[in-house]
Amino acid sequence: MTTVASNGHRTAFVDNDRKPTGHGRMLRKEDPRFVRGKGRYVDDLQLPGMLHLAILRSPLAHARVLSVDTTLAEAHPKVRLVVTGAMLAEKGLAWMPTLSNDVQAVLATDKVRFQGQEVAFVVAEDRYSARDALELIDVEYEALDPVIDVRTALSPDAPVIRDDLEGKSDNHCFDWETGDAAETDAVFARADVVVSEDIVYPRVHPAPMETCGAVADYDAVDGKLTLWSTTQAPHAHRTLYALVAGLPEHKIRVVSPDIGGGFGNKVPIYPGYVCAIVGSLLTGKPVKWMEDRAENLISTGFARDYVMRGEIAATRDGKILAIRTNVLADHGAFNGTAAPVKYPAGFFGVFTGSYDLEAAHCKMTAVYTNKAPGGVAYACSFRITEAVYLVERIVNCLAFELDMDPVELRMKNFIRPEQFPYRTKTGWVYDSGNYAPTMELAKQLAGYDELRAEQAEKRVRGELMGIGVSFFTEAVGAGPRKDMDILGLGMADGCELRVHPTGKAVVRLSVQTQGQGHETTFAQIVAEELGIPPQDIEVVHGDTDQTPFGLGTYGSRSTPVSGAAAALVARKVRDKAKLIASGMLEVSVADLEWEKGSFRVAGDPNASVTIQDIAMRAHGAGDLPEGVEGGLEAQICYNPENLTYPHGAYICVVDIDPGTAKVTVRRFVAVDDCGTRINPMIIEGQVHGGLTDGVGMALMEMIAFDEDGNCLSGSLMDYLIPTALEVPDWETGFTVTPSPHHPIGAKGVGESATVGSPPAIVNAVVDALAPFGIRHADMPLTPSRVWEAMQGRPVPPI
Amino acid sequence: MQVPAPFEYQRVSTVDEAVTLLDRLGDTARLVAGGHSLIPMMKLRLANFEYLIDINELHDELGYIRAEPGRIRIGAMTRHRELLESDELAAAFPIFRDAERVIADPVVRNRGTLGGSLCQADPSEDLSAVCTTLDASCVIHGMNGERVVSMEDFHQGPYETAVGDAEILTEVRFPVRPRGSSAYEKVERRAGDWAVVSAGAAVWLDEAGLIADARVGLAAVGPNTAGIAGIADALRGQAPAEELWARAGDIAAEACSPVTDRRGSAEYKRHLARELTVRVLRRAVARIDGQEV
Amino acid sequence: MQVTMIVNGEEVTREIEGRLLLVHFLRDHLQLTGTHWGCDTSNCGTCVVWLDGEPVKSCTVLAAMAGGHEVRTVEGLEQNGQLDPIQRGFMECHGLQCGFCTPGMMMTARALLDTNPDPSDEEIREAISGQICRCTGYATIVRSIRWAAAEEAGTRTTAPDTEHTVATTSGSAS
Repeated sequence: MTTVASNGHRTAFVDNDRKPTGHGRMLRKEDPRFVRGKGRYVDDLQLPGMLHLAILRSPLAHARVLSVDTTLAEAHPKVRLVVTGAMLAEKGLAWMPTLSNDVQAVLATDKVRFQGQEVAFVVAEDRYSARDALELIDVEYEALDPVIDVRTALSPDAPVIRDDLEGKSDNHCFDWETGDAAETDAVFARADVVVSEDIVYPRVHPAPMETCGAVADYDAVDGKLTLWSTTQAPHAHRTLYALVAGLPEHKIRVVSPDIGGGFGNKVPIYPGYVCAIVGSLLTGKPVKWMEDRAENLISTGFARDYVMRGEIAATRDGKILAIRTNVLADHGAFNGTAAPVKYPAGFFGVFTGSYDLEAAHCKMTAVYTNKAPGGVAYACSFRITEAVYLVERIVNCLAFELDMDPVELRMKNFIRPEQFPYRTKTGWVYDSGNYAPTMELAKQLAGYDELRAEQAEKRVRGELMGIGVSFFTEAVGAGPRKDMDILGLGMADGCELRVHPTGKAVVRLSVQTQGQGHETTFAQIVAEELGIPPQDIEVVHGDTDQTPFGLGTYGSRSTPVSGAAAALVARKVRDKAKLIASGMLEVSVADLEWEKGSFRVAGDPNASVTIQDIAMRAHGAGDLPEGVEGGLEAQICYNPENLTYPHGAYICVVDIDPGTAKVTVRRFVAVDDCGTRINPMIIEGQVHGGLTDGVGMALMEMIAFDEDGNCLSGSLMDYLIPTALEVPDWETGFTVTPSPHHPIGAKGVGESATVGSPPAIVNAVVDALAPFGIRHADMPLTPSRVWEAMQGRPVPPI
Repeated sequence: MQVPAPFEYQRVSTVDEAVTLLDRLGDTARLVAGGHSLIPMMKLRLANFEYLIDINELHDELGYIRAEPGRIRIGAMTRHRELLESDELAAAFPIFRDAERVIADPVVRNRGTLGGSLCQADPSEDLSAVCTTLDASCVIHGMNGERVVSMEDFHQGPYETAVGDAEILTEVRFPVRPRGSSAYEKVERRAGDWAVVSAGAAVWLDEAGLIADARVGLAAVGPNTAGIAGIADALRGQAPAEELWARAGDIAAEACSPVTDRRGSAEYKRHLARELTVRVLRRAVARIDGQEV
Repeated sequence: MQVTMIVNGEEVTREIEGRLLLVHFLRDHLQLTGTHWGCDTSNCGTCVVWLDGEPVKSCTVLAAMAGGHEVRTVEGLEQNGQLDPIQRGFMECHGLQCGFCTPGMMMTARALLDTNPDPSDEEIREAISGQICRCTGYATIVRSIRWAAAEEAGTRTTAPDTEHTVATTSGSAS
């Protein structure tokens, strides 16, 4: 149904009986420990006899490893173990599978293929000694020419990086295509207007404040390995360790304790984790490995690195007909992309955006280069960051060419509400959406017309003010197991719920929080379904011995997948409770009505039992109805029917100092629609964080290399992340368009703002530079790059 | 986290003690004050010493801002925060407060010192540009007493200073002249970053309102922070005017030697040298008249 | 060498290496793991503690340098079982997500309010500008500190639960 909101516009409205929690803005259950400094992160762990591991990394981007001499390191009085690639090779552990069916060296044997690659490791009695001993390892390299510029990676004379792969004679990684090329070409051929632009999404890094690390503890007596690690996907990691190390899966326990931010950086398995396991296996002691910040930035999962050619076809009056794109994807030295197997380019296929098109086509070529592996990380929703950036930039280029207002152009081309579920020209089925009210609300909050008037005045005075708009459709909650798996593991997630005799409950989840507030949100979901107060519900997660199997938290999938699982498992418990209630009230099940927290007999207001009464009966003495087992608990595995498709409209206002070319983000308005909202406070926090990522990527963040392959962004002095002084006080709003297939209508929101904000900011900067005739400039828009653009020579970032 | 290589920690509580210890240990020892440049370099193992001599207890002796007739003396252990918060200093040299607001961040400013900044001799370092602009001189203590060197002589190249192995910078002196003011401006990619380019200006007027002297110091556009001598020559005796600032900007752009790096292209930095020179001269002169622009 | 200092009001003495960083002394030797570290270059500020009443980056201070001085960490914020208003403000205003930068942010915030009990938003942003939060986008941290300031001044008027209404239709909150 629709209703008129207080601000006067029409919008979707959630039916009250489907309103999920009734608890709304609830303070977080996890916070009391964090504000006391009692969070428990991996590096906080201190086990008796624990040893410390440090990794020696390659200083060169591409080189043959001729010899590794560890004699001096082994002689260090505090060193217990030194391991090289050759030693791992003897055990068959020198290589490990990546999440994209490639292999990656744990420790280099033949060659090093990127600066920062793991070459050897040391285990010592303390972390200072481990670090000291690295200096004592002597590695002899024969330098090889590196492949750094993605555009020359496929040239015939380029050195072959992956000569470990049999028969490999070039640096080609994979080709991928989606949409209909012939149909798209035909539409382009008859279009009034065609606009093309080269658009680069530079390599960036999630850089969570806590770096990656692990404590491995192998118990030789019972053969059990416990691994505390910074992982967003403990169950998937456990299975992979079983497959790699040959340890039986039931003898591996992966614990993901408190995690200091993930953003996708903590999805892959890194060589360091495997080294820690090997270290513990060989020493019989607990072994801790925590990477330093340089290691984190130069060797762990980067994000983006797409060189895109975008083309858009439209009628003269602004009807968009088709979008076509050609992408060159830099995958680094190993294809470590963490994406569903059938989606080597992640969900880039949603590059058609929020628009009703006649045709679309994408052709992608992925290559190897002498850079760190990774590729899907940094809150990207499996490459939707790149897709949305492409479409929202190219649509703005079209607006520029048509001299049309960018909001008006978008409004004219939105998929209309009655077209949902909407199948895009690249085969994605958007579950629900109502775009125009979201865009309208953003305009209202921003005071869009007034801003345009102000801009016009300022331009006369030579002041540079820009207004940027973006509109995104996200695709989150991977995913249906028929389509989506990671290394053969279906992307369904389990959930288990137990109600204790006194009516308190514990819910166990396969997903793992890294700050998203799962301990609160999931308690709220279950609370709403069962009528137990959220304070009485314990959320257990991040421990494979204590939780059901599932693929973990990334791609904004926790609420779409495990949120659904939590609601459904609660309903399953409620169904059983109903049977017990019928026995307690001595009526048939059909006569019972559920009123949050209790069953009552229809027509008899005095006859009712609470869920707490039922829980006690379920565990207590006395008979239960025929065929009903004791206890009050249930488990399910939720296989999502489809992804969920949140959307949002963002408007950014920037000012540029004409003399220094420095950009200031003056205002940012974000209106998000993530379907049914569970905890508005947490949602707002997720949006704020993503918007800040957007400022980072648009204005300052980039992993850069010199021509020799040296990473120039290996510290937080060089890899710049926004501080409180670079971001405005965010202005947020929301509309609600529930997902039709999610049990409570919720979509995901964790990455929406990271996806949607970079184009809004870049569009604003480019808009400010319109007096210079500029239609496009690549991120990151540092003062220098903005100034170069103003001189008519925009510099590509690579 | 990266950690320094082993060294022996020593602590001294007087300048004489520091000098005696340095004399004994030679180039195997290094002084540490705030430590916010040195300790990160030691963690990254770009700098290794056998002995580290902690001089933080010299703050009692060397942490001061003293106004005297004709000059201000600042002790080398004076911390950034103290420089930022001193109203007396801001009144004499507003350039200090301009610069201190954009040096590193407030927490680092609680530890970092004037002496440490100057001795690090980073070409992008802001306080060095301030001292150059103000024509400061540095007091260096050694076994044979003290000597005074000008800022021009103090910095001898990137990360190199006139301070010998057995010497310690104890004080920086600033001449105070009448009818003058100063200003500083920095362009950075993000708060707390090193300068893309910074510029400082100090201007003094004569009784007739003409420019008696003018100095401009630039950071991050050469091997060390540099005073641009040609600007003083071009401005002396002239009446303050926009065209004059533009000419000074041209001289600054011409005189500097920026290189392209991650912070910006050489052309952009040259442009900034011009733009910022104009801005700080304009602001310094306005401040003589009690105005802020 | 031996070092003695006051940590959260208690005198501690330990045998250490001269090169030991204060952050590791607190975490590894005193098990005060509320103080974190996130970089090698004193940029991130997750390691902020007080040294003689002033916030410092404990990854860039040697434990030996703190000898004879007074250190206060996040574990010392709570007094006599009462959370500091800063701690309550962070919970009330969602000033934290993953919690990793939080201890450092709170130590800086406490120091700010001690010298400036009624800071403007700009002053708050400036005060925390040497510390990186990757989760919150800072606005809720600013609100948290403002909440604590108002709480201490006795001027807090809005109950936190009504600051952001629960709504199922479109709306806005800033």
